[in-house]
Amino acid sequence: MSTLRVSVWRGQESGGYQEFEVPRLASQTVLDVVTFIQRELDPTLAYRYACRVGMCGSCAMTVNGRARWTCRTHVDNVAQGGQLEIAPLRNLPVVRDLVTDMTPFFDKWARARGRFQGGATRKDDFARVAPGSPARQLADAGIECIGCGVCYSSCDVVAWTPAYLGPAALNRAWTLVNDVRDTGNRARLAAVAGDAGCHACHTHMSCSERCPKQISPTAAIAGLKRATALAALKGEL
Amino acid sequence: MKSDFRARNHPAYWAFLAHRVSGVLLSLFLPLHFWALGRALQGDAGLDAFLRWSEQPLVKFAETVLVLLLAAHLTGGLRLLALEFLAWRDWHKSLLALAAGVTLAAGLAFLLNVI
Amino acid sequence: MNTRTQVLLWTAQRASAVVLAVCVVVHLVTIVYAIRNGITAVEILDRTRGSYAWCGFYAIFVAAVAVHAPIGLRSVLAETLNWRGKGLDLTVLATGLALALWGFRAVYAVFA
Repeated sequence: MSTLRVSVWRGQESGGYQEFEVPRLASQTVLDVVTFIQRELDPTLAYRYACRVGMCGSCAMTVNGRARWTCRTHVDNVAQGGQLEIAPLRNLPVVRDLVTDMTPFFDKWARARGRFQGGATRKDDFARVAPGSPARQLADAGIECIGCGVCYSSCDVVAWTPAYLGPAALNRAWTLVNDVRDTGNRARLAAVAGDAGCHACHTHMSCSERCPKQISPTAAIAGLKRATALAALKGEL
Repeated sequence: MKSDFRARNHPAYWAFLAHRVSGVLLSLFLPLHFWALGRALQGDAGLDAFLRWSEQPLVKFAETVLVLLLAAHLTGGLRLLALEFLAWRDWHKSLLALAAGVTLAAGLAFLLNVI
Repeated sequence: MNTRTQVLLWTAQRASAVVLAVCVVVHLVTIVYAIRNGITAVEILDRTRGSYAWCGFYAIFVAAVAVHAPIGLRSVLAETLNWRGKGLDLTVLATGLALALWGFRAVYAVFA
């Protein structure tokens, strides 16, 4: 039976990698590896997961330097020479070991006004939105985001500019900018513009590269750049 | 914890690096360029002296590098304008290859004419 | 600096980029054409001396660079050195003015 040599981050921001030897099995995922370590080798290891079938995004970690869902990462695809390096998601405070504090991530979601604001009441008829309409297609391209944090963790601008709202929050804002039912877009455009908003994006595209749902926050951010520039020129910002 | 090269090792990131590095280097070069041209204020001889100095192979090599930097920054910039202002399309991924190709063509055109 | 100004800075940088795209293509083609068989001051100045067209072209070129470069440097300095606020904005503005001054001087030098 072959074994994997796994380096796992222990501690908080300061800490170190601890080495473990884990039996290598067929069709093993990185989540399987972490779970084995916690259950069989070191019960003090802290990590997060829930659905383990690629739906919830809770198991996102940095594997060999790249943010990914560990339940959807086969060891065979990432273990170079029988080695694995597992660390918490970047750009977020580390609670302990592989667990990060997602609070800043969701705070920025709120700051970007990533929440639907409607103008209809129960007395109004249903809104009719044609699925094939250009605006709806733009919204649909980004609507599947589950807030896993992989894009945020992969973004260097988030690391360089702490106030930067980040790809996920901006992507969500874009889906709402394209939602014809939403009435809050003037304030939303003001919220996502500027040095801490969409204009800080330098099109590294690490977010689009790593998103497990193949969403392109870069495309959304480009849309926001256009929309905010237009609003600024029209004096609506 | 900060990202390392493993997370940055993909084409769009290299494009960003090339664009940023070329932009900074060109900004540093510009004052020198303006000073050199300003020598013409002392008459043709002032500018000629500088041009004769620039005949050395090392300077010609540096000039070729500058042309490459300028072409890279231009083509990279056009790529960015396309990504930001045109509706998102799949062929946008090929823009980087196109930009790199045109950059090299420009550099080659300069080099072949200057040696 | 308020949000609207930041957005307008971004817009100015993209607008100047479009102007520069045209200028740089013309500049590169001119250079490659001009440096064939070596280059002398007379060859450069014969083209530019007294030419309002070239003077106008290079003046626009300098103006566009004086807008484009400082705004770009502002981002680079902010992200690399974590330097933000009035100090950076004034420094970058000074850079733009310096580039404009030296640049227009150079344009005059080859036109007059």
